[in-house]
Amino acid sequence: MINSQEYIDSGVLELYVYGTLSEAESREVTRLIAEHPELLVEVERIEKGLQQLSNATAPYTPSDFKSIYHKIKTQNGENVIPLSRKRTPLTSYLGWAAALVLLAGLGYQFAQNKKLEDKITDIQREQVLQEGRTQMTQERLVQTETLLDALRNKDIITVPLKAQEIAPDAYAAVYWDKDASKTYVDVRGLPQPPKGKVYQLWSLTLDPLTPTNMGVLDQYDTRGTQLFEIDNPNTSQAFGITLEPKGGSDTPTLEELYVLGVVEP
Amino acid sequence: MQPDQLIEKFQQKDESAFAKIYELYSESIFGIIYSVLHNQELSEEVLQDVFLKAWNNAASYTPEKGRFFTWLLNIARNAAIDKTRSKAFKNSKQNQNAAYFVDILEEKSSFSSRIDAIGIKKYIEVLEPICKKVIHLLFFKGYTQKETAEALEIPLGTVKTRNRICINKLREVLDIK
Repeated sequence: MINSQEYIDSGVLELYVYGTLSEAESREVTRLIAEHPELLVEVERIEKGLQQLSNATAPYTPSDFKSIYHKIKTQNGENVIPLSRKRTPLTSYLGWAAALVLLAGLGYQFAQNKKLEDKITDIQREQVLQEGRTQMTQERLVQTETLLDALRNKDIITVPLKAQEIAPDAYAAVYWDKDASKTYVDVRGLPQPPKGKVYQLWSLTLDPLTPTNMGVLDQYDTRGTQLFEIDNPNTSQAFGITLEPKGGSDTPTLEELYVLGVVEP
Repeated sequence: MQPDQLIEKFQQKDESAFAKIYELYSESIFGIIYSVLHNQELSEEVLQDVFLKAWNNAASYTPEKGRFFTWLLNIARNAAIDKTRSKAFKNSKQNQNAAYFVDILEEKSSFSSRIDAIGIKKYIEVLEPICKKVIHLLFFKGYTQKETAEALEIPLGTVKTRNRICINKLREVLDIK
């Protein structure tokens, strides 16, 4: 027995409708569907959604059935012209023999051709895959270059944030582009936040000490660079990072201050 | 609902059943082919070939192997990929770079009355970039999970569930629950 909901949630039924499972896997899914009607309901909904989606990508409604009907009629209509002339047995056997040799030759050629075509399909698929990879790499490169350009800007202010008592090895840095009111925060040196907690960045003015929330640092980008780009319109004199409950807090929890750094005047 | 009786009749070479099958599936299949070829004329040609092939090999469909729609999909994807090898395709001025289905949808101004155009438009708006890629490869191109994971450089184990999330969003906007 399987748990239907878990099975549905695994996403296997979508792949079943796509036709990207192996034949054995598909047969297994078909077998389970026959046993569990709720799986059939789900499959039909998925199929309905996909039909709508692919339907929408059609440039227009294709021509009606008539043209294809015409084709199935004509493909069956090829008549063979009968041979009425009598031949001597020997020549007719020779004719058959020649035809057989030719047929065998053709069959061989056909098989070879098929092999080559399969190979081409494989190569083309590989090429499409490769193009996908190249595209992803290029996207990343552009991202990285943009970041690098930002960090190399001569007007950027670097503020190292030093460890506080709570985690003596922690380290972070803020790169602040005052003109563009942007900061880049590098948090690679912070320990992994415990479950249910997030790091939150604060801009501080010192006299009197006033913290301004700059946002929680929980949306790590997929590349794992752990660099955040955050707008900073504040006249910051220092930056600090605290550990806060999920979602962030309105005021910093100072007992959980991880790193702190003052902007050099 | 999959029209099982209709399919059976189609397999027994009933021409009126074939006409209905064509009516039901031709536009989605046309969409799949067009998303590979980006050329209307060639796509129509392939569409006809696909249904001709389906008719001639109707007996080879068995429900144990999967959905009828899936069976047609596979024929269509293969035929479309075959067509990309043809001279006609190579000479066509269409953009042969792998454009996403979303690009087609964005360019399109009018939709067939059969689809929920508002829903589809809304879907394109809310679709995350990763969904765009996952659906493109798995559904439109027929990639396996492994190929998709490699092409997108995401862990193999996340392909299935990631795709489910993307398709759930589609069903949500189209109100198929």
